[in-house]
Amino acid sequence: MLHPVVRTILQRLGLGLITLFVVSLILFSSIEFLPGDFGEAVLGQAALPETVAAFRKELGLDLPMHERYFDWLGGILTGDMGNSFSGRGSSGGTDRSRPVIELLAPRLANTLFLASMAAIISVPLALFLGITAALYRGSIYDRMVNAMTLTTISFPEFFVAYLLILVLSSFTKLFPSLANIGPDVDFWERVYLTALPALTLTLVIVAHMMRMTRAAIINLMASPYIEMAELKGASKSEIILQHALPNAWAPIVTVIAFNLAYLVVGVVVVEVVFVYPGVGQLMVDAVTTRDVPVVQGCAMIFAATYILLNLFADIISIITNPRLLHPR
Amino acid sequence: MDIKDLEKAAKAGTLGRREFIKRAGALGIAAPFAATLLSQSVQAAMPKKGGYFKLGVGHGSTTDTLDPGTHENGFMSDTVYAYANHLFEVDNTQKLVPELAESFEASKDAKTWVVKLRKGVEFHNGKSFGAEDVIASINHHRGEGSKSASKSLLDPLVEMKKTGSHEVTFQLSAGNADFPYILSDYHLAILPEMDGKMDWQAGYGTGGYIIEKFEPGVRIQLKRNPNYWKAGRAHFDEVEVISLIDVTARQNAVMNEEVHVIDRVDPKTVHLLSRNPKIRILETTGTLHYTMPMRVDQAPFDNYDLRMALKLAVDREALVKKILLGHGAVGNDHPISTANPYHNSEMPQRTYDPDKARFHIKKAGMENTQIDLSTSEAAFSGAVDAALLVKDTAAKAGININVVREPKDGYWSNVWNKKAWCTCYWGGRPTEDWMFTTAYVKESKWNDTAWTKGAAVDRFNELVVAARSELDTEKRRTMYYECQQLVNDDGGALVPMFANYIMALNNKIAHDDVVAGNWDKDGNKAIERWWFA
Repeated sequence: MLHPVVRTILQRLGLGLITLFVVSLILFSSIEFLPGDFGEAVLGQAALPETVAAFRKELGLDLPMHERYFDWLGGILTGDMGNSFSGRGSSGGTDRSRPVIELLAPRLANTLFLASMAAIISVPLALFLGITAALYRGSIYDRMVNAMTLTTISFPEFFVAYLLILVLSSFTKLFPSLANIGPDVDFWERVYLTALPALTLTLVIVAHMMRMTRAAIINLMASPYIEMAELKGASKSEIILQHALPNAWAPIVTVIAFNLAYLVVGVVVVEVVFVYPGVGQLMVDAVTTRDVPVVQGCAMIFAATYILLNLFADIISIITNPRLLHPR
Repeated sequence: MDIKDLEKAAKAGTLGRREFIKRAGALGIAAPFAATLLSQSVQAAMPKKGGYFKLGVGHGSTTDTLDPGTHENGFMSDTVYAYANHLFEVDNTQKLVPELAESFEASKDAKTWVVKLRKGVEFHNGKSFGAEDVIASINHHRGEGSKSASKSLLDPLVEMKKTGSHEVTFQLSAGNADFPYILSDYHLAILPEMDGKMDWQAGYGTGGYIIEKFEPGVRIQLKRNPNYWKAGRAHFDEVEVISLIDVTARQNAVMNEEVHVIDRVDPKTVHLLSRNPKIRILETTGTLHYTMPMRVDQAPFDNYDLRMALKLAVDREALVKKILLGHGAVGNDHPISTANPYHNSEMPQRTYDPDKARFHIKKAGMENTQIDLSTSEAAFSGAVDAALLVKDTAAKAGININVVREPKDGYWSNVWNKKAWCTCYWGGRPTEDWMFTTAYVKESKWNDTAWTKGAAVDRFNELVVAARSELDTEKRRTMYYECQQLVNDDGGALVPMFANYIMALNNKIAHDDVVAGNWDKDGNKAIERWWFA
């Protein structure tokens, strides 16, 4: 018999796969119902009915929907997301369509880099602020931290971004306002260039994680076993770090996972403001030109990110839960 | 305006020499002194070598390649004009001059063109330039398999022969006096020949800059070609062209001095940007124009008086002021811009005249007829507002316009060229012939005014054909002037405005007094023409 933790993880993995399958189905059919047509969008003024028809034929858009769906799904399972629509031969010029993977991979790497930068700054910061705020609950420090993080989360992210550009870039010239990194930029240069976008994202997500940390710990502080710890004479920080925190991980990790997923899938605005070549911009461009394979590829990656990170959060909350770790 | 402003304008190139002296005279400054002032302020800005120039452009796509046949945006045309040359070039004063060609001779019927090529020019890889490169480069865009954007332009070219190591003879199926103009098209870059084909993959040209690194849709890095043959051009040591699609990011970049020049400044915020002391705004009127084509084969637009009534009922000044926010010029109901060689400047400008419009609508007997105007933001940004403005001004002349808002999707396939009256834009073409042939001659598929019948139409089509092979500039001018008049009077084209190219330049950047308007950024040649003051 499997260890219950292993069994739960396997179960979750299976559920994740099923979810991904359902997502692919919804995604494909919803794109199908979108108005507009790639041929018309690309050809613009030159869209004569014959050209549009020829275009649809070349792209295989004249096949029935279920055939195209299984084609596409089969491709994804074998790691092939197809070729982009834009740059096809009939849109003028030679065939310049590129495999979606080739378009997506460098952008995804950039997005993940930015997300990790923001995570490395924001997660420890949020945990630290949350724990200390819980420790000094009701003090001026607690109030200050709360007020400040709530302020930054309340502003739309483009506004935070422009404020940072104004102060750190226009006035003080500390950081560049353009983060258009290339593939051969070395690591430290990359860190320097992505500083402002990472900082913007940090300011936007820190409040959520910090408040959840604080709330989870404060919630536990009322439990009898904490009272017990207090009675046996443990110091306040000992109580929080050794007794409260292990039991508080589950809600905290869930919120952290949620925010990390946001860092990957929801940063289009920040990417646009800083001209950061990430997946978000690629997807928006693809939507405006109705480049369906690219949109689908991006969306699948976003969905997979969400599912994986949530899975990860679940696993962590399971293994930090002493009751699950020591089954009887 | 005081003398400081004049000096600034002279430096910025918005003021010519004559105009400077004239206006300085108006300020009470004697001509000789004004001339000295001018030379001080302008010639202080003689080209200087050096520097790392960064250009932020609002184009660029991950699907861009170095194949000139595929170039379709400003990013790539900036690039190709920087690393390669063409047989001919439109210079900053909008004159056609030989570039890799040294001289040319046309037969009387403008069918045979003998082009002598420049000697002693080398490609970046050391190969010396000769006739075979020209033939391979032009052939790249011709023939069955070619999908080049310039294929149709080269259709009239029936034969191309090497008639010397540095001489090529072009044979056209019909005379075309604008043939050298076609050879200045940015697609027709001359790249080295290899095994009978043009070798574009390597990215070697004869241009003032050598490609260092190219990341499609992100940036291109260039360094100066030390052996550049053209005198007085290519002043920067290194150049980086960066794709900055988002207009706010682009404007931020120029304000924070992360780039020196940007194109496509938002007309809505240009006045704010111009307050920045480090930045100067440069505007040129190009060939981009916004139109409201009326299809003359459909009622009620088959009526001359109704068309005239509508043309007179449009307040062009108001449209330029409100839709282009002042960054444009009024149009005169024909597609030829001041950036074209034969713009008819003698024809009186049509203005808003509700009384005359009322007279014509009465004559047409359609005072109460409701006239539908289809519009969508797909036509141009502000098209819906423009249509509403036209409705308002026309109402004062007793014309009843009904603005129909059409969906953006499918606008070009379902509305434009189909509905009797709609809003539209044209990027414009560098020559009269090119523009007329694209959208105004009888047989064009894109003849969006359906202007195909009547005496004026016949005369117009005759003139376009005759002017095409006319080599005498004065005769051509007369013909094109008449063409513009015919479109203006009888045609279904309502052309109320031409849009400006708006650029923002760091004060460190200098350029000649006159800046080309055939494209954005000094004819997309800012990289080669501009310098650090």
